Amino acid sequence: MATRRFPIDWPLVTVALLLSMYGIAIVYSAGQTDIHTAVERLWKSQVVWFCLSLAGAYLVTRCSVRLLDWLTWPAYGLSVAMLVLLLFVGKGAGTAASTKSWLAIGGFRIGQPSELAKITVVLALAKVLSAFKEPPKSLLELWKPALVVGIPWLLIMKQPDLGTGIVFVGFAFAMLFWSGVSWPLLVLVASPVVSLILSFSVPLWGAWFLLLIALVLWYKPYLYEGIFLTVTNVVFGVVAPIIWERLAPYQQKRLLVFINPAVDPRQAGYHVIQSQIAIGSGGLLGKGFTQGTQKRLAFLPAQHTDFIFAVVGEELGFVGVLLAFTLFLLLFLRVTKIAERANDSFSSLVAFGLLASWFVHVLVNVGMTLNLMPITGIPLPFFSYGGSFMLASWLAVGILIRIAAEGRGGRTGPFAV
Amino acid sequence: MSFHPNDIRRRGIAANVIISGVLLLLGGGFFRTQVLQHAKYQLQSETNRLRELPLPAPRGVIYDRNGKVIADNVIGYSVSVLAQKEDTLRAVLQRLTGTINITAPQIEQAVRRFRRAPTRPTVIIPDASFDVVSVLEEHRMQFPGLIIQSSPRRFYPDGPVVAPFVGYTSEITDNELANPAYHEYKAGQQIGKQGLEKAYESVLRGKEGSQFVEVDARGRVVTSQGGARPDLVPVAAPPLYTNIDLDLQRYVAGIFGDSLQGGAVALDPKTGAVLALYSAPTPDFNRFIGGVPTAYYDSLRTDPRRPLYNKALQGQYPPGSTWKLATTVVGLETGAVTMADRMPIPCTGGMQYGNRYFRCWDKRGHGNVTLAGAIAKSCDVYFYQLGLKLGLARLIAGGVSLGMDSKAGIDLPEEKRPRFPESTEYFNRKYGRNWSQSIVLSMAIGQGDNSQTILNMAKFYTALATDGQAAKPEVARVKPEREQIVKLTAQQLDQVRGALVGVVEGGTASASAIKGVQLAGKTGTAQTGTLDPNGKELNHAWFVGFAPANDPKIVVAVMIEFGGHGTRAAAIASKIIAAYLKVTPIVDLTTDG
Repeated sequence: MATRRFPIDWPLVTVALLLSMYGIAIVYSAGQTDIHTAVERLWKSQVVWFCLSLAGAYLVTRCSVRLLDWLTWPAYGLSVAMLVLLLFVGKGAGTAASTKSWLAIGGFRIGQPSELAKITVVLALAKVLSAFKEPPKSLLELWKPALVVGIPWLLIMKQPDLGTGIVFVGFAFAMLFWSGVSWPLLVLVASPVVSLILSFSVPLWGAWFLLLIALVLWYKPYLYEGIFLTVTNVVFGVVAPIIWERLAPYQQKRLLVFINPAVDPRQAGYHVIQSQIAIGSGGLLGKGFTQGTQKRLAFLPAQHTDFIFAVVGEELGFVGVLLAFTLFLLLFLRVTKIAERANDSFSSLVAFGLLASWFVHVLVNVGMTLNLMPITGIPLPFFSYGGSFMLASWLAVGILIRIAAEGRGGRTGPFAV
Repeated sequence: MSFHPNDIRRRGIAANVIISGVLLLLGGGFFRTQVLQHAKYQLQSETNRLRELPLPAPRGVIYDRNGKVIADNVIGYSVSVLAQKEDTLRAVLQRLTGTINITAPQIEQAVRRFRRAPTRPTVIIPDASFDVVSVLEEHRMQFPGLIIQSSPRRFYPDGPVVAPFVGYTSEITDNELANPAYHEYKAGQQIGKQGLEKAYESVLRGKEGSQFVEVDARGRVVTSQGGARPDLVPVAAPPLYTNIDLDLQRYVAGIFGDSLQGGAVALDPKTGAVLALYSAPTPDFNRFIGGVPTAYYDSLRTDPRRPLYNKALQGQYPPGSTWKLATTVVGLETGAVTMADRMPIPCTGGMQYGNRYFRCWDKRGHGNVTLAGAIAKSCDVYFYQLGLKLGLARLIAGGVSLGMDSKAGIDLPEEKRPRFPESTEYFNRKYGRNWSQSIVLSMAIGQGDNSQTILNMAKFYTALATDGQAAKPEVARVKPEREQIVKLTAQQLDQVRGALVGVVEGGTASASAIKGVQLAGKTGTAQTGTLDPNGKELNHAWFVGFAPANDPKIVVAVMIEFGGHGTRAAAIASKIIAAYLKVTPIVDLTTDG
C-alpha cells in the first residue's frame, strides 16, 4: 500500500497551503508591536508546527479509510481518556488561565487534547451514523449518536471550554443533516437551544413556541417525545430566565465565568470594541502589512490567537478579508464535493463532519471579531497561533486527501473524471 | 447506510448554499464596518478615546511573628499625563514647569516611560507631595490630560532597622521588563527589588485594577464611565507573616547603633525561623520608594562602610576560631579524636611545623589541654595538630558535608555562597601540585581559603544546638526544613555543647555570661591582613552561640568588622540573647572583654 501512488486532490491541498501561509504571515505581523513581547517570536514556532503538520498530514494520507474506520474506536477511547485525565491534571493558558484544557508534562504545555478530539469524535459519529440502515426518524433513535458526542462534549464543557463545545454541537448537527435526518426532526432537536437563545424576549419566544407546537403536530413524533420537547422548550425558554433574574449580579457573573472563563465578562465589551475599531479603521485596503495601529499599540487583545482576524481586517482591509473568505469558501466547496463523491457513507460523513467543524470555527471566530457572535475563545483554522490546532487542521486535510483519492472523484474510482 | 447519489447531491447543494450564504452575510458585515462605516472607525482609531488608567493594588502588609507591622502602605499621590504623542507630552511638561518644580532629568525619565508604554498614562511624579498635588488641582483646567491619582505607597515604619531583610520596591526597569519571569508586568509598575519584597513579589504584588476614562480630542478626561466595561477594582495582596521578632530586631539595630559595622543573625535552632537579621550600617529604604534621590544614593555608594552591602547575607569573612567547631565535628565524626584527647605537643604559645613557626593567639600558651579545654581557650596549637592528624582531604570533605561551601538557603535573594574549597583539587589548581601541608594548619583554625557568611555560620550552629540537624533559615513563615549535617551521637553532641559552655564559663567569652541562663558559644578573631594607622592588624570579631545550653531557643551569630577580639562580639551576642530570653546579662556591653 505504501508504495502505491494515488491521486492527490490538488485544489484542496493548494487552498489549505495558501490559507496556512496567509495565516503564518498574519501571526508574524501580530507579533510586531511597539512594545516588544514574546508574541514577536511566535511565528517561528508556528512555522515549525506547520512543517510538523505537513508531515503528519502526509502520514495520514498513507492510511486507508478502512484503517481509519478500524482505528476509530481506539482513537475515540484515547481522546475520551485524555479528556478525563485533563480534569485532574489539565492546565490553563494565556487568557484562559483558570481552565483545564492544556495537557502539560513537567510544566511544559504539550497541547490541547480537545483539538484532536474534534477529529476523533467526527470519526466516531460518522461510524455510528453510517451503521444506520435508514436515516433516524425519531428522537429515540438518536440516543447512540447523542451518547458518542455527548460524553466528550460534557468533558469539554467541564474544563470548561464553551468554544469547543459549540464546535461539537455544530458538526453533530451538520452530520445528522448529512446522514439524511429530515429537516423537521433537526429543528426539533435544536429547539431547546433556540428557546434558550430567544428566552430574553417573551414575544419572540412565544412565536417560536407556537411554531414549534405546529411542527410537533405536523411531524407527529411519538407522544412522549412531543411532551418531552414541549417541556424542555418551556424549561429553557421560561424557567431559565426566571431563575437567572432571581440570581444576584455576582452569582450571574460567576455563572458566566463558569461557562466561559476565557474572557473576563467585564473586559469582553472592551475587547470587542477595540476589535471592531481595528477592523473598521482598516477600510478597503488596510493600513498595510504589520502597520496596524490598534495592534501595534496593544489595543487589540489576543491579537495572535482569538482576535487574529482583526489584524487581517486592520492591516489588509476589506480586500484582505475577502481574500481570506474566498480561500475558505473554495476550501469548503471543495470538501463538500469530496463528501459527495466519497466511496461510502462513513467517508462521506467524515468529510462533511470535518468541513462542518472548520465552518463553525470560521463562523464563530470571525463573527466574534465583529461582535456578531459571543466571545468564546475559539481559534480560526490555519490562522490562529497554536500548535495542536494547526496539527489537527492538517491531519483533517490528510484524511480528506485520502477520502478524495478513494472516492469517485479520484482517478482510481469507477467514475474517474 | 448507503447514500443515494441524488440525495447526496441535493444535500450537497443545500450545504453549499448555506455555507456561501453565511460567508456572504459575514462579508456583508465586514463591508458595512470597513467600507460604509470606515470614517467613523478611522476617527475612533486615531483618537482612540478610551484610556485605561491603572489603579495600583496595595502591596501585601508584612508582619512580624507577633503581628507587628514591618512593611505597610500609606496614601501617596502620583501625577501622570495622558498624551497621544511624544511632542504633546513634552509640551505639557514644559508648561508644567511654570507651575511646579520639574527638573530636566525628570522630564527625560517621563519621556522614556512614555516610549515604553504609550497607551498608559505617563507618570511624571511617582510620589508627589500634598503641596504639589494641591497646586496642580488648582490649575487643573490648564493641563488637559493631567491625572492625579492617589496610590498606595510602601512604608517601612521602622526604616533602616528592617531594611536588611525587607528590601524595598521601585519602578520596574527595562531590563526587568525584558525578563520573561516578569512578562505580566507593565512599564511603570512597582516591583520588589530586594529582600522579602523581591523574594515574595508574586505574593505581595496584588492585582492591579483599572479605570476606563474617555478623553476628548485634546486628551482631557471627559468622563470616567465612557468605557465599555465597569472599572476593575484593584485586589489587595494578602499579608505576609514572617518569623521576625521585631522587638529583637529593633534591639539588635540599637546595639549596633551608628558606630559599629558588621552583621548579626538570630535563628530559632529548631525551625530555622529567622528572629532577627541585621547589617550595619544600613540604608533607609523608605527614601528609595518612588525613586531614590541621586545625592542620597551617591552618599550610600561612596560610604567606606558600605551600607548597600548586606553584611549578614553577602559579606564573606574568614570565620576564624568559630570554625574550630567544624574541625572538632570532623575530628569526632571520623573518630580521630575524642573530647578528652590531648595532643602530643602541649601549647607553649606556638609550634614549629616545617620551616615555619605557627603561633597560638595567646603567646603565654595553654599547656597540655583536652579538646574540650582547647575549645574553651580557643587553643590554636591544639587545632594545628588536630588538623594535621585529620589531613587536608578529610578536613575539606568534612567542611563540605557541613555545608561550608553552599548557601544556607534563606528565602532572601541577596544571600551569597560562602567561599570554601570543594576538595583538595582546589589547592592543586591554585598552587600547582606541590602545595605544602601547612595549609591544613590555617584551615583547621578557620583561616586560609575559607570565607563564610554570618548567616551560614549561624546555620551551622543550629546543628550543634540541636541533634545535629541544621535548620534552613526562613524569614517568611514556611514549613521548616532541616538536614542532618552533624553525624554525632547525642552524648558527643552534649560534650561539644559542654565545651561551648566552657567558652563562656571560664573560657574566652567569660565576660559574656548571662545571669540565670547557660550560654554556649564560640568566639572568633579573624585575621584580615588590614592594618590600622599604628601598624597593628585589624581583626574581625566573631561570636556564634546559643542559649539556654541545655535546650537552645536561639542561635546568634555576630560579626563586627574590624572589631578586634571575639570577646566584643560575644558581649553583643550575649545581650541579644538576654533580650530575647528576657534575662539580664551579667556584664554590661561597655566593659571591654
